[in-house]
Amino acid sequence: MKPAPFGYHRPTDLDEALDALARTKGKVLAGGQSLIPILNMRLAEPADIVDINRLSELAFIRTENGGVRIGALARHSEVERDGTTAARLPILEQALHLVAHPVIRNRGTVVGSLVHADPAAELPAVLRLLGGSLTLARAGGATRTAPAAEFFLGPLESAIEPDELATSAYFPVPPGRTGMDISELSRRHGDFALAGVATLVTVDDERRVDTAKAACFGVGATPVLVDLSTTVSRLVPGSAADDGQDWAAASDLVRATIDPDEDIHATAAYRRHLTGVLTARSLQAAWSRAVGEIQ
Amino acid sequence: MTQTSTGERLDVTMMVNGVQRSATVEARRLLSDFLRHDLGLTGTHVGCEHGVCGCCTVLMDGEPVRSCLMLAATADGHAVTTVEGLTEPDGTLGPVQQAFMECHGLQCGFCTPGFLTTVTALLTANPDPSESEILEGISGNLCRCTGYQNIRAAVRRAADLMAGAAPQPKQQAQGADLTDDPSGRPAGPGEGAL
Repeated sequence: MKPAPFGYHRPTDLDEALDALARTKGKVLAGGQSLIPILNMRLAEPADIVDINRLSELAFIRTENGGVRIGALARHSEVERDGTTAARLPILEQALHLVAHPVIRNRGTVVGSLVHADPAAELPAVLRLLGGSLTLARAGGATRTAPAAEFFLGPLESAIEPDELATSAYFPVPPGRTGMDISELSRRHGDFALAGVATLVTVDDERRVDTAKAACFGVGATPVLVDLSTTVSRLVPGSAADDGQDWAAASDLVRATIDPDEDIHATAAYRRHLTGVLTARSLQAAWSRAVGEIQ
Repeated sequence: MTQTSTGERLDVTMMVNGVQRSATVEARRLLSDFLRHDLGLTGTHVGCEHGVCGCCTVLMDGEPVRSCLMLAATADGHAVTTVEGLTEPDGTLGPVQQAFMECHGLQCGFCTPGFLTTVTALLTANPDPSESEILEGISGNLCRCTGYQNIRAAVRRAADLMAGAAPQPKQQAQGADLTDDPSGRPAGPGEGAL
């Protein structure tokens, strides 16, 4: 299983990369952990590959005022180990533990995973949950910002244009007392999820739920964001965190919202059931973390 | 900028096991095939060619990577360590190799190079890993022969050797001494995996 022949371009800086993309509309190679299996199995035979692994200027993890900006060449493992990012956005570290295996994470990139837009991937759901964005650059044109809500178009399809390079992804830190969680079920640790959900819960001073959201993955062509704020807001101060009624209502709403596919790994009904169970668990974990900040 | 048209070849140079090596190859040449066919280093094995089996794992700049998922051209200018590079110059087995031998951590040996490089990096970064850290570290390497228990023992033994324990001559090789208890508590009398 070997790739078909292609034209190869290995730029040394961003301008060269954008120029190569403008000329060739080639496929960008960063981590290669998704692209090269596709090339090896000849599921795609791009005419040109633009290898951006020498663009060291894009290998950054930057703390910004409202969040974390991750450059195109920041590897999953680097972001996973970054203490500042883990402190501000623990869901990102938690999500990265679920991505493939440690060796894959040494090469795979966060931005690459987002642009690849696999429906069962964790990071697109996290970006969608947090309302993040991608910065897209092109030669001779303005850099544009694509919000997560508009970026994921379909299975393995994102809003990036053929001559564009995603230079960074921005993950905002949610305001207020917010807890976050990501939970998934896979047949083996490291596999793609059969279903998964990333959640956040923001509480006020009386531990009342102000905001609750769930971004479901593996159960649709793109991440499915469900606003559960009013559904769980009946949780009153002082009541047990595991007041099953309210979490169950959230599960019901999520199950009713998603429209999962059936495939060799799971039926649609099983995926729907899983997502409901994971939603309740994940929301409770997120709520506990939010409340924990007050105590 | 380096660029080649379809079918054109380029020079690829990298340090491999401490020695500068070069070959002229097409851009689509995978690092795994570059090592095996262009450099003659057949210790790196090719199993699945899509990154899930781990047999092809080598160290690039000290970090374990899937050589089947890297173009040789991308590795140009970097330092690669293959399983051949884990042996001492005088032919003495490195500590991870020694441990796998002592603990019978291989049968057919097909997955073994991938385990050896992965475990070398794991123990270099984390010299005293917990049982769950060991399992997480080797979770990306598949073995069809051993059932993994002797591999787990070999990782623990390799950590001991790297910390200074004396290697055992082959005649005194020990088998696994593990339970299924993920805490790594050694098996007591009457317990333990076969």
